Amino acid sequence: MTLLQGFGDQIVAGAITTLQVALTSLVLGIAVGLGGALAKVSGIGALRWLADSYTTIVRGIPELLIILILYFGGTVALTALLGRYVEVDAFAAGVFALTIVFGAYATEVFRAAFLAVPRSQIEAAHALALSKALTFRLVILPQMWRYALPGLGNLWLTLLKDTALISVVGLEDLMRKASVAAGATHDPLTFYLTAAALYLTFTSVSLAGLALLEQRAGRGVRISE
Amino acid sequence: MNWYLVIDVMPRLLSGALLTLLLAALSVLAGLLIALPLSLLRSSSSGMLSRPVLAYTFVFRGTPLLVQLFLIYYGAGQIEWIRTTPAWTILKEPYWCALIAFSLNNAAYTTEILRGGIRAVPAGEVEAAKALGMSYSLRTRRIVLPIAFRLALPAYANEVVLMLKASSLASTITIMELTGTARKIVAQTFSPYEVFISAALIYLAITFVVVRAFARLERRLAHHLERTEKNNGKDPVHNDPTQELDSDPVLRQEAR
Repeated sequence: MTLLQGFGDQIVAGAITTLQVALTSLVLGIAVGLGGALAKVSGIGALRWLADSYTTIVRGIPELLIILILYFGGTVALTALLGRYVEVDAFAAGVFALTIVFGAYATEVFRAAFLAVPRSQIEAAHALALSKALTFRLVILPQMWRYALPGLGNLWLTLLKDTALISVVGLEDLMRKASVAAGATHDPLTFYLTAAALYLTFTSVSLAGLALLEQRAGRGVRISE
Repeated sequence: MNWYLVIDVMPRLLSGALLTLLLAALSVLAGLLIALPLSLLRSSSSGMLSRPVLAYTFVFRGTPLLVQLFLIYYGAGQIEWIRTTPAWTILKEPYWCALIAFSLNNAAYTTEILRGGIRAVPAGEVEAAKALGMSYSLRTRRIVLPIAFRLALPAYANEVVLMLKASSLASTITIMELTGTARKIVAQTFSPYEVFISAALIYLAITFVVVRAFARLERRLAHHLERTEKNNGKDPVHNDPTQELDSDPVLRQEAR
């Protein structure tokens, strides 16, 4: 493949890594966000305090700094623990960092969505003698989904772009591959523009996909006006 | 945790934080100046005016800031003719490149936020301004923008905090702001916990102050609404009780 001065394959491989990191962090981050939201609405003081501290701290610190803390901090911790020099895997550190960041913002999105579900729905579930777990799974979660979707969509777009930050600690993602190719060929313009075009493609496809998902999630809703 | 190290590196981190503040403040200011006219164009009903702005915000919001930063820092120098123009004295400085990338990125987000505010301005306000014979520029200045800005303020406050955090990317092009300074010290001491967590705490303190300042500003700008909110369910913007008393003869008599 002589596309992009022979770096075409590398760029494609980087783009796949970028998508892998983003999708893994998305799935894990949604789980963290749901847990955080449940903690916030649980009414258990300690849990709420924990979730509040988590979201306040993470949302006030640059994503890049969180990645650096986990990567270099993780290396020091593992080295001390195992007694020999161990370098943290950039993929793991990156996914961990992005999951923590996504989870913090998703906590707020899910909390708002939870509160948007009408109380009467939960009362109706109680009247039908559904257990707490069943109420959450069958009644609250499907309705939360619709309220949470626009917020989650925005977070996904941010996450997709934040993956570029992990290239700073050496993950072989799209951004890193573009940097390496730019350095080797002395042609940064071509490679960074290529990277930009690929990121733009990912976000555009995401936007289209999100519009479809939102349409589907709102199919049971009567439209007033 | 080695507390002596924390105290030892604090002065250097704080001077880095100063540069972070300066970078973020200048980018936000420049971003706002660019976004103001763009948001008006973007709200225009003419596609000729709004579409180019949409293309700009789409590209800048759809790609990572890091790519934009590298394109300007590494990419601009590659174009021969730029090197011959006076612009090169600016574009070869990492500091200016960061400022340009951050400002353009911030302007794209701010444009869309302001557009949201402009769209939310009640149509009645604009009609009233037209009925009073206000020209486009006058009603934009006195009616549309002040209301739009108030409505957009919560989203804008978020954007300012995001810009503050995004300024940490400047460290990737050798700028010694807070994150850059922290990375340098970690490379020298290899004590990531002490140094990075100290830097994180400084960021937290700055964000806290920014969030509080915007909350105050929001309350101040909504001041005239609080008083009338008790007027059950009537449109708070249009309903100043003292005015109503003055204009309605029956109510005026009762008040006396």
